[in-house]
Amino acid sequence: MRVKDLVEKFKLQVAGGKKGLDREITEGYCGDLLSEVMGNAPAGCAWLTVQGHQNIVAVAVLREMAAIIITGGQTPDAETIQKADQEGIPILQWPDSSFRIAGRLFGAGIGNPA
Amino acid sequence: MLKKIKADLHIHSCLSPCSDWDMSPKKVVQKSIERQLGLIAICDHNTAENVAATIREGDRQGVAVLPGMEVCSKEEVHLVTLFRGIEDALKMQELIYANLNGKNQPDVFGHQVIADEHDKVLGENPRLLIGATGLSLNDIVAKVHQLGGICISSHVDRPSYSLIAQLGFIPADLHLDAVEVSYRVPLEKARAEVPGIENYPCVTSSDAHFLHDIGKVWTEFLLAAPSLDELILALAGKDGRRIVN
Repeated sequence: MRVKDLVEKFKLQVAGGKKGLDREITEGYCGDLLSEVMGNAPAGCAWLTVQGHQNIVAVAVLREMAAIIITGGQTPDAETIQKADQEGIPILQWPDSSFRIAGRLFGAGIGNPA
Repeated sequence: MLKKIKADLHIHSCLSPCSDWDMSPKKVVQKSIERQLGLIAICDHNTAENVAATIREGDRQGVAVLPGMEVCSKEEVHLVTLFRGIEDALKMQELIYANLNGKNQPDVFGHQVIADEHDKVLGENPRLLIGATGLSLNDIVAKVHQLGGICISSHVDRPSYSLIAQLGFIPADLHLDAVEVSYRVPLEKARAEVPGIENYPCVTSSDAHFLHDIGKVWTEFLLAAPSLDELILALAGKDGRRIVN
């Protein structure tokens, strides 16, 4: 699934990094402790986090992620959007919890071998 | 004349919910003198309401007390903030309170005791002081600097509520005045053991929540006097002021 298909399917808001909307999502990951995410998130993932600090973009680039989904109605900082635009990492917003969007992604086949 | 002064710049009073009842302004000062500290800072979670009493008791017993607060950012990063005077700390407190939601549940998180310098309980703070503020790290640092204070990133070697654990690494545009390591990392080994702090002055403090932990570790500074201005010079290594060990 491409990032833009995800945006359409789940009506996510695109906050930044629009030039990365054609990236392919092959996995999913949840985490708010960036030190942990930096060590464990799989490449090609959509990453669900409540953190909106600009360091999330650096973490996404490092782990070669497809997109960041900011959950729980949290918002990215202005610098985060700037960095995401520079790096082409889509930042999407979801108003409900990580749990609920993770379930939908899994149901749509992301990170789900069945 | 410069002299060596032992400082413990991160001590919680009984106002922090996770702190011991015995951490009254009077007893904190007594223990600090017993431990031969020349400079301490009271840094309760998101509040400075026990600072004034501790300063008065410090004046009486002979230890310099800096007004401080351990602020929790919206990223859930703890920052030790230190100020020149109580008025500056209270201005910061006003901003914190306006951005801190929730009510404390003493049976879950602990009591938040406001006390005077005579060990008299004045009341309890009803706010959820253990919570995170809605303020970003950048906003906090900017406000503290505007008030003439300094920001020290709390216990950067720890897995919880530390800048490095929460955000993976220290953001390049964050204007920290120093980083703090806990007692678990000897100050002389800190730069080797905690990656990413090479470019910051490094101090160690007790983060005491119990009387017996006050001065468990300290940082020795070469200063003309135990004050914030001298501390700022020492952190910058200016005018002969410096961190000794």
